[in-house]
Amino acid sequence: MIVAEQKTFQQIFDQVKDHNTLLVLGCGTCVTVCMAGGEREVGILSNQLRLAAQKQEVNMEVWEHTITRQCDGEFFDAAVAGKIEQADAVLSLGCGVGVQHIVELFPDVRVYPGLNTRFYGANLEQGVWAERCAGCGECVLDQYEGICPVARCSKSLLNGPCGGSSDGMCEVNPETTPCAWQLIYDRMKKLNQLEKLLEYQPPKDWSKDHHGGPGRIKREDMTLE
Amino acid sequence: MEPKIIAFCCHYCAFTAADLAGTMRQQYPTNIHIVRLPCTGKVDVNMLLGAFVEGADGVMVAGCEVGSCHFLEGNVRAKKRVDYAKKKLEEVGVDPRKLEMYHIAASEGPLFAQTARDFTDRIAQLPGNKEGQEQENHRQGKADES
Repeated sequence: MIVAEQKTFQQIFDQVKDHNTLLVLGCGTCVTVCMAGGEREVGILSNQLRLAAQKQEVNMEVWEHTITRQCDGEFFDAAVAGKIEQADAVLSLGCGVGVQHIVELFPDVRVYPGLNTRFYGANLEQGVWAERCAGCGECVLDQYEGICPVARCSKSLLNGPCGGSSDGMCEVNPETTPCAWQLIYDRMKKLNQLEKLLEYQPPKDWSKDHHGGPGRIKREDMTLE
Repeated sequence: MEPKIIAFCCHYCAFTAADLAGTMRQQYPTNIHIVRLPCTGKVDVNMLLGAFVEGADGVMVAGCEVGSCHFLEGNVRAKKRVDYAKKKLEEVGVDPRKLEMYHIAASEGPLFAQTARDFTDRIAQLPGNKEGQEQENHRQGKADES
């Protein structure tokens, strides 16, 4: 899932304080699961905004709404569309995709981001998420027995570890981040696949990543034209 | 005017203690409005902030003592949420001392009454409340004189 976290309250308040009616719009998918922008967080942030507005004597009415997915036009039904159009501005608690999709669907409306979108990650335990995929566009997990050096090595090295691997941990965050190459080596050894590591991996084709420009996929079998 | 205080109390301990306080004829301020919950584990951050938005001057959460929660860990989780809610209040400029978590066993009627009195005093004396503001003005007046 896409993992995000809320901007600081001050950053959010500074963005929206000049609007008299504000719609705080949550997203019911990824950011609900990572507890950053779902219905619950919309409620908490809205109440914070109301309290701050009372305290600072700012005239602000805060509306709340959460839809299933902000990145999908079909979930913007008449109820939410009406609120978006009536509000002075929308504070989106979706990821960066959600914010931009609202802008595309409602070009006359001011939309502000309430979250910082961080990474594609897994939920390791309640309240803990960690990056697992970098969305590089050309998956190499088959070569590394299911552990991604692109996302999980701080340097995205494809041919073995650097000198910053110590006691199985990465020097960038030795408390929390395992060395991806230690993980890859241990797993391949366990599966008797160490020979695969002797194969030299040539430089990756990064044009499938963002380096090739914004991504776009069109499935002719799925389009309605 | 006395401050308006909302007390979220768990059914098994703090609410029973409040009931016992009444049975024991213990006096505590009438401004405490008790909301009974099955467990303080039901407490949600939004519930706490919502009370302030609706006009509460103070909010207390009272659950079982640590280790004796009927649902094992509900009170410990509630404490974490109260701490988180305090941060959220501080971010918007509301004094986090207006929110507090207490652990009160079912047999401790007098402790519930005392806690209710103490918390009411605390809220009344915080700047922003009438009594607290008078004290603050008095302090400032003295400072100006000197």
